[in-house]
Amino acid sequence: MEKKKLFDPNPSGLIEHDHNKDGIDRRGFLKCMAWAGTGALCVMGGGVLKSYGLGSQTGSEMKSHKMGHLSFVQISDSHMGFNKPANPDVIATLKAAVDKINALPEQPEFILHTGDISHLSKPSEFDNVDQILKATNKEIFFVPGEHDVLNDDGAMFRERYGKNSKGQGWYSFDKNGVHFIGLVNVMNLKAGGLGTLGNEQLEWLEADVKHLKRSTPIVVFAHIPLWSVYPQWGWGTDDSAQALSYLKKFGSVAVLNGHIHQTMQKVEGNVTFHTAFSTAFPQPAPGAPEGPGPLKVPAEHLRSVLGITDVNYVQGRHALGLVDAPLV
Amino acid sequence: MKRKLFVGTLAVVLPLAISGVLLLHPTRARSEDKSSATEVRIDNFNFGPETLTVPTNSTVNWVNKDDVPHVIASNDSLFKSKALDTDEKYSFTFTKAGTYPYYCSVHPKMVGKIVVQ
Repeated sequence: MEKKKLFDPNPSGLIEHDHNKDGIDRRGFLKCMAWAGTGALCVMGGGVLKSYGLGSQTGSEMKSHKMGHLSFVQISDSHMGFNKPANPDVIATLKAAVDKINALPEQPEFILHTGDISHLSKPSEFDNVDQILKATNKEIFFVPGEHDVLNDDGAMFRERYGKNSKGQGWYSFDKNGVHFIGLVNVMNLKAGGLGTLGNEQLEWLEADVKHLKRSTPIVVFAHIPLWSVYPQWGWGTDDSAQALSYLKKFGSVAVLNGHIHQTMQKVEGNVTFHTAFSTAFPQPAPGAPEGPGPLKVPAEHLRSVLGITDVNYVQGRHALGLVDAPLV
Repeated sequence: MKRKLFVGTLAVVLPLAISGVLLLHPTRARSEDKSSATEVRIDNFNFGPETLTVPTNSTVNWVNKDDVPHVIASNDSLFKSKALDTDEKYSFTFTKAGTYPYYCSVHPKMVGKIVVQ
């Protein structure tokens, strides 16, 4: 594991009250930034977030979690078809992500892909991703990114990945006592606005979780962040507060997103928000002067800012362990 | 010296060019006279210029200079492009005077306006 800090992912605009110059805003929410190039583990329990560097206590901590364990991996933003200088070979980096998954000491039960599978919604791009991900031999659950629904309001996406979904592609399922909810917030976007869930989906969500016990751990996954990362760049969802209000009664809620091509975490009450690496190219920290476009880093550093998220849930502890693991 | 040569060349070439255009494309020459800048460049998630004023019957061309695709969509669904990849273009001709707000339906924070007079 490469431990050098090769690229500073700290989105400085997010830390508003850093009195001790240590990167922690004590007046605001605790924001656990997972350092690209090192990887960090964040364990949530009872609203308390602890973070560990990979390679420190991580190994023993993870081993002690074996009983009643659910392990899965999140990947995101494959952007198959992208071929610009920020990464001329997104096939190679997606294959590297597959190798990373297949090399995990504890094999995940399934994979979540949080959207932007393709760059231009082309059938050949989806085909390439499907072919590469086959090598994981795992069940994969998808939600669309805006790049997957460019010209047909998501018809092709749903035909391929959403056969059992509702509405524009949302659905839920249960694994090992954890309730997973895949949401779609990349369609019917309004001028000047952010990501949108829409009333139909919100009503479905309310009904979907109504009869679940408060102790049921919830994992929500969607492409655009369901928290306000940086609205000026569209990095948020207009009606996410409504969705989260339906999840307030639950003791443990994890929200997994992609879209911003960098790892970031925030804890708010019993909700942990997390964004994943892309497997294709990084994007600048929120508010960076160069704007939100693909970020070109030196070629030898690229794989340290791309990666996967390894997620572990331990029954009874209401804790979700998230490890952001770069490709190198 | 250079300037003299340029003016001299213009004096010869310009009447020839104008008469050529008038002979071959009389209608097009007239509409081109009315509108000058009709291009909107998409660069770093911005429309430039954000507000473009053109005479009626102008064709506005959008060109995407970003590394990511954009979609041009008018707020009232009058026009909508397919996804434009890098360097791809989209054109729409405005036949009626009015203000036409539009946005990128992929990145809706990107907004612009065509004013047709």
